[in-house]
Amino acid sequence: MQIAEVPLNEPVQVQSNPLRLDVCSWSVQAGFPSPAADHQSKRLDLNDHLIKNKEATFIFRVTGDSMTGVGIYANDTVLVDRSIEAKHNNLVLAVLNSEFTLKRLYKRGGVVKLVAENPIYPAIVIKEGDDFQIWGVVTASIRKTW
Amino acid sequence: MAGKVTQLALVDCNSFYCSAERVFRPDLKTTPIVVLSNNDGCIVSRTAEAKALGIKMGVPWFQIKDFAEEHGVVAFSSNYELYSDLSNRVMTILSSYSPRSEVYSIDECFVDLTGTPRLRDVTYEMHERVLKWTGIPVGVGVGSTKTLAKLANHVAKTHPRSKGVFNFNDLSITQQEKLLRQIPVDEVWGVGRKLTKRLVSHGVTTAYDLKIANTAVLRSEFGVVMERTQRELQGIQCIDLEDMQAPKKQMLRSRSFGKPVTNLHVLLDALSVFTTSAVQALREQHSTTSLIQVFLMTNRHRQDQPQYNPSMVIPLPTATNDTQVVYQWVSHLAELMWKDGYAYAKAGVMLGELAPESNQQFDLLEPRQRSNSKLMVAIDGLNARFGKGCVRVSTGGIFSEWGMKQQRKSPAYTTSWSHLPVI
Repeated sequence: MQIAEVPLNEPVQVQSNPLRLDVCSWSVQAGFPSPAADHQSKRLDLNDHLIKNKEATFIFRVTGDSMTGVGIYANDTVLVDRSIEAKHNNLVLAVLNSEFTLKRLYKRGGVVKLVAENPIYPAIVIKEGDDFQIWGVVTASIRKTW
Repeated sequence: MAGKVTQLALVDCNSFYCSAERVFRPDLKTTPIVVLSNNDGCIVSRTAEAKALGIKMGVPWFQIKDFAEEHGVVAFSSNYELYSDLSNRVMTILSSYSPRSEVYSIDECFVDLTGTPRLRDVTYEMHERVLKWTGIPVGVGVGSTKTLAKLANHVAKTHPRSKGVFNFNDLSITQQEKLLRQIPVDEVWGVGRKLTKRLVSHGVTTAYDLKIANTAVLRSEFGVVMERTQRELQGIQCIDLEDMQAPKKQMLRSRSFGKPVTNLHVLLDALSVFTTSAVQALREQHSTTSLIQVFLMTNRHRQDQPQYNPSMVIPLPTATNDTQVVYQWVSHLAELMWKDGYAYAKAGVMLGELAPESNQQFDLLEPRQRSNSKLMVAIDGLNARFGKGCVRVSTGGIFSEWGMKQQRKSPAYTTSWSHLPVI
């Protein structure tokens, strides 16, 4: 460096080519290579396990006790996939007369019902004139236990 | 016929912000809805029901609040988290239909369907799939150029018989002429209100008039952009799929890398260069941006390698032409999209929703006016003198949320665990 030669009362020429100082970002190994190196694989990811179609999957929080019979309790989290065509016996998120409801879909012989999984709630028969729509199919329920 | 007909689809979400609000509010299925701009200022989106009440785009909310509430209109503050997430879902679905697509804005996407078998079925399927998977209704317009696709999209949305899908290429020459005669010239892409007045004074009132106007006169009176629009109406492609700066509504900086990038820091470095350059050009034309898009691409000519082509769009709470502010968002998006294990061949930054600096809406509550403009002028000056990229922003920015008046904001249903919709 030639710092001493720069006159203090004159503008300093600025270098227009930036100087890159790269630091080696990987570590260099000494000794034996890891015996596991050839068997490396991606760690399990719950997203892969639970979500088939991530563009169409949405997450909801459950209230109420109408589905306790299938182990879905208040405060559980459920995944709902909109891309799946709902079939008889699927757990569905339905919209009945402008309200969300989580039930089992019954669809047999021209009869459509929303069935609760708790004996204290009667099944809801869908009548003509009801505003009824399936929002999506419930594909998983998650409860944290700790 | 020589060669295949270009089948370029423009897919556009209907009243996007309002439709997004309806996804988790089935009780609002037929309720008139409006969405308000920053600080609950003006109407920026409205449903067909709100339009039918005579509510206009851009009107200050306080002016119509009493009228609207009397008529059962529900108003929402802009919920950017929700709109971004739903937009990204929609765009991902659409881009699966073709290796060539371009996210044009938060609610519009061009998809090149040229050569797609059973095209008619496919376009109807796109329309249905986006609605079924995301709850967002879209219109699909197909034409041989971007300008015609845009017009076809307009037809798809306004003619109930089209059922949301319309292909201009399906029409005979006479039908095309008849249709273009019915479309006012201001519906043509890139023809603004100002230009419409001047065009009308030249006797050009419909899209058809523009298509058959004397090209030499058009060029000398209105410039090459209008000539290009005319050629596009004639079915001659002038605006490429990736040529995103079309009607100066956006600023794009993207580049293929000299060698594949596999390290996030290298990518961020490239993006900071793109950002600096794009925002400088923005300041040169005295514009601001309020929409940022970042995209990454792997090498599509190397199908033997894993492919990943993510793209994310984020609307900004306040328009800006501050390099530091823009870069904070750019780097945030890049970090969200980044996945190890891919060799990235190209990346880009797109600034959209450009508006003149003087139009800028300032936020009362946001202390953003710690004006960096002097700093920006100094940076531009240094770059002009000592060469591009001599001075630029570094990655030192801290991502921060913006404080805004948003009294009518819906929950961030899909992006926050504490906001999950309850059933």
